Amino acid sequence: MPSAPARSVRRRRTPTAPELIFGNLWEFDPSPETADPKLKAQYDLLIDGRFVPARRGARFTSINPANEKALAEVALADESDVADAYAAAARAFPRWSRLPGSERGKYLFRLARLLQDRAREFAVAETLDGGKPIRESRDFDVPMAAAHFFYHAGWADKLTYAFPGARHVQPLGVVGQIIPWNFPLLMLAWKLAPALATGNTVVLKPAETTSLTALKFAEILQEAELPPGVVNIVTGAGATGAAVVAHPQAAKIAFTGSTEVGRHIMRATAGTGKRLTLELGGKAANILFDDAPLDQAIEGVINGIFFNQGHVCCAGSRLLVQEGIADEVVARLTLRLRSLRVGDPLDKNTDVGAINSGEQLARIKRLVAAGVREGATLYQPPCALPRKGFYFPPTLFTGVQQSHRIAREEIFGPVLSILTFRTVDEAIEKANNTAYGLSAGVWTDKGSRILKLSTELKAGVVWANTYNKFDPASPFGGYKESGFGREGGRHGLADYVTLS
Amino acid sequence: MPRLPITKTPKVYVGGAFIRSESGRTFPLRDARGRLIGHVPQCTRKDLRNAVEAAAKAGPGWARRTAYNRGQILYRLAEMIEARTGELSHALAPASNRAAAREVAASVDRLIHYAGWADKCEQALGSVNSVAGPFFNFTTSEPMGVIGVIAPAECPLLALISLIAPAIVTGNTVVALASEPQPYPAIVLGEMLATSDLPGGVINLLTGLRRELLPTFASHAHLRALSGVANAEERTALERGSADSIRRVRLRADTARTDWFADTAQGLSMIRDLVEFKTTWHPIGA
Amino acid sequence: MSAVRTLAFRRFLHEVGPVDAVGVEERVAKYGTRSIKRQAKVFGLKLAASMVDLTTLEGKDTPGKVAALCAKALRPDDRDDGGMSCPPVAAVCVYPSMVAAARRALGPRSPVRIASVATAFPSGQAPLATRLAEVRAAVGAGADEIDMVINRGAFLSGEFTRVGDEISAVRDACGQAALKVILETSELETYDAIRAASFIALRRLRPGDFIKTSTGKTSSNATLGNNQVMLDAIRDHYLASGVAIGMKPAGGIRTAKQALTFLIAVKETLGDAWLTNTRYRFGASSLLNDLLRQLEKERTGAYQAPYRFSEATESY
Repeated sequence: MPSAPARSVRRRRTPTAPELIFGNLWEFDPSPETADPKLKAQYDLLIDGRFVPARRGARFTSINPANEKALAEVALADESDVADAYAAAARAFPRWSRLPGSERGKYLFRLARLLQDRAREFAVAETLDGGKPIRESRDFDVPMAAAHFFYHAGWADKLTYAFPGARHVQPLGVVGQIIPWNFPLLMLAWKLAPALATGNTVVLKPAETTSLTALKFAEILQEAELPPGVVNIVTGAGATGAAVVAHPQAAKIAFTGSTEVGRHIMRATAGTGKRLTLELGGKAANILFDDAPLDQAIEGVINGIFFNQGHVCCAGSRLLVQEGIADEVVARLTLRLRSLRVGDPLDKNTDVGAINSGEQLARIKRLVAAGVREGATLYQPPCALPRKGFYFPPTLFTGVQQSHRIAREEIFGPVLSILTFRTVDEAIEKANNTAYGLSAGVWTDKGSRILKLSTELKAGVVWANTYNKFDPASPFGGYKESGFGREGGRHGLADYVTLS
Repeated sequence: MPRLPITKTPKVYVGGAFIRSESGRTFPLRDARGRLIGHVPQCTRKDLRNAVEAAAKAGPGWARRTAYNRGQILYRLAEMIEARTGELSHALAPASNRAAAREVAASVDRLIHYAGWADKCEQALGSVNSVAGPFFNFTTSEPMGVIGVIAPAECPLLALISLIAPAIVTGNTVVALASEPQPYPAIVLGEMLATSDLPGGVINLLTGLRRELLPTFASHAHLRALSGVANAEERTALERGSADSIRRVRLRADTARTDWFADTAQGLSMIRDLVEFKTTWHPIGA
Repeated sequence: MSAVRTLAFRRFLHEVGPVDAVGVEERVAKYGTRSIKRQAKVFGLKLAASMVDLTTLEGKDTPGKVAALCAKALRPDDRDDGGMSCPPVAAVCVYPSMVAAARRALGPRSPVRIASVATAFPSGQAPLATRLAEVRAAVGAGADEIDMVINRGAFLSGEFTRVGDEISAVRDACGQAALKVILETSELETYDAIRAASFIALRRLRPGDFIKTSTGKTSSNATLGNNQVMLDAIRDHYLASGVAIGMKPAGGIRTAKQALTFLIAVKETLGDAWLTNTRYRFGASSLLNDLLRQLEKERTGAYQAPYRFSEATESY
């Protein structure tokens, strides 16, 4: 279909275009969050309700990516520790699964409340350990994590209502859960809440760069007097994760992380009868039509890619913009980039914080270099990055082609690739031309077009005239190589039960 | 002197056409008394590839039809089978006439069960979600795409239909491998599909040897899901092969002793296994 | 709203682009999370004070009351000897009948300007000739700035040219005086309509003129959302034409915290060039004393009682 005529108001530019000045006339003073994260120097594993060191006594250091300083020493679990965790979870399963749903629910309500009580402390810990801006951990991660426990608490005694036609809803047993480093506490909540509400017991492995809020959450599990062994937390890197996946007592593995590791897990569990849910990578298209509410769209595009430094599996990392407004949109985006504040994650005014690890920073740099090499045009706003720590400026690429690596590979950083399209069909084709299918965005003022795109886009979540919205009641998960299974809502419960 | 009957060359139904294997290979099929029924196509990985292409081509149009229309077509298919019960019963030999008639009747009933689901499953599977913000949020189900169906040896008609019907009712298309020891009912079924209103390519039926074809079912990235029955070794291979494309695998163990005649072998959960869920957000504002 | 749904409105909205209400609310909510401390806070508070159009628009206004207002405008902090801790406000805003009194109180070359509402404020429901005569009278009496209301009836009937032409007529009647065009956002109801009305006004204005949210005489006044939509329109108009128009939210801004949040919106939408009282104003009365309280708190470290500041209305 032909594109609508571009609006004159957006087109008309004088030869010497007027400029806006985003300078330092009113520079904000540093405003660091000062709440005490109450971190311990040393953390052990949570097994059978108690903190125990790794059997072989191994430890690793968790650092603050904002300044590369050590935060705490964390126990490194090996196969024997993982086996202890599974044994504890298996012992806890019969009683926990037979507990009346209403009683299980009350434990989850307790967890939600205790997390709300200690929200600020957890937000600071999350920011220190992961590098995300305190504004996000305070206003998004921690409240959303509590909301997930609150939501699922209410399901515990209503499970038969979730599945029309099912007479019996049974838990699976012991569930192994492996979570990523981008939303450490929130992903813990996404995993634990539905598993516990449905009566499963859990062995959970946080990501090695972001174990601390999970271990702090272990304290909350104790404060809530959750029966020992219902949740066990083993910390470590890939080898620990492999042990969690491989353990024969796992009835199910739930994983959130990269597609590459997801494939390993599929191979490792093949033929074992273990249930599997995978929430993997993405390369979402954010499609911007020329009739869209442009200011809100620009804001949505910015939020879509720079939220959490772009460490978001559903990040809107490909902007598909209709040709007639492409120049205008790029101009607006570059303008908006200049008022983004990059720096100390603990500063309450920081919009873009630290990259989670040196390894991730290197990956982002590699892909950005590939983008430049392949001929895309790079834009980065002038911004002073802290000298210590892992930082990357908000980055736009224009002139990106579908074949470029930056249009196909998940960068998982604050890098937006901008492509153009002319017609609705072309937009759909380009958006779907990826092995991923986690999410997509659509910006247009035309309602029927939204519904058309939301039908045609191969993605598990479609945000229309908004982006990066999450809710415990809203199922989340991917199509194609972005994984399978859903988290949240009635649909998320299905992956933790058997029906009969 | 009795008239010499005309025998039928068995062909498989792929992309709305009757084909022999591209390889030209066949295997002889004999009845219980050892009489030749025919030479059944021994389909190859290339036949499977072609069938997937046909299924992928038919998919968008099939998925875009209204659920009501898909339900009508499934019902029409049941009508076609019911009318040709005798022929299918015959194809189900060596089963006794009574057993064969029972399996055909159950197959018809199964199709009607799913025909009725077509425009209702969304109401049971989808949801409107109350999120904490000014957004309208709803979850709908969508077809996955091309589904690979691997039929068990037993119940060569009923099990095949029990696996195919819940896949296509939501708009998926299917490439199915028929029962290896009893492929003939699938051949006859193909002829009935051709005379139903089902568009070509929605159901594609292959006959052949599991050991030859399963590796391609395992590795073909365009197959978005696998549904069916497999032994332990086959399951491991199919699941491992599915890792590369993160394919959905819904295989039952051959030891599970599924009672294909029972009500438990049909229902919403089997539809649910072969759909994707999509959640859409939109702001509520003037 | 049905009246707005005219073909003219749809055409015009297509040209200037629609607004998503939820998106606007989300954007402005983020301004509220900015944390302004220490020097930045003092700077912001003083900047806000310098932008105040100190307003009295009551039937019971007297020359005496206006004189008191002018004294406050010139020296907001009565305990401030050198006038250094808080700058004078931008303007006093009074009815046309009080302009002469204000001029007497402020003197001929005052740093505080005199703004006068005119054009049958607040309804605008008078013949155009009457409204223009009122504007000329106010300017003649010494007003530096005129705050006019748009013809909402004409706008809601889709008579956009008439709305614009009336603005042009008032602008011409202003002569050297700056013009502020009040959209009366609460009567436009939707962000789409506010954006459209902003453009109708912007295209008639001269550099140094303003668009303004409200009269302060209806149920709802300036909000961060309205402010944002109008700032966005000012930015679009500036980038397209090079003509820089100012902005004045009015009514409902009573606290220093609110004012700082509005200023953050300005900083992040229009940038440094609008962080001046030649391009941004607050139409307010009680705001000024809260700014003083917060400045005093920053200076002394102690929270202040409202009645310690002159012209305070709080007595408890």
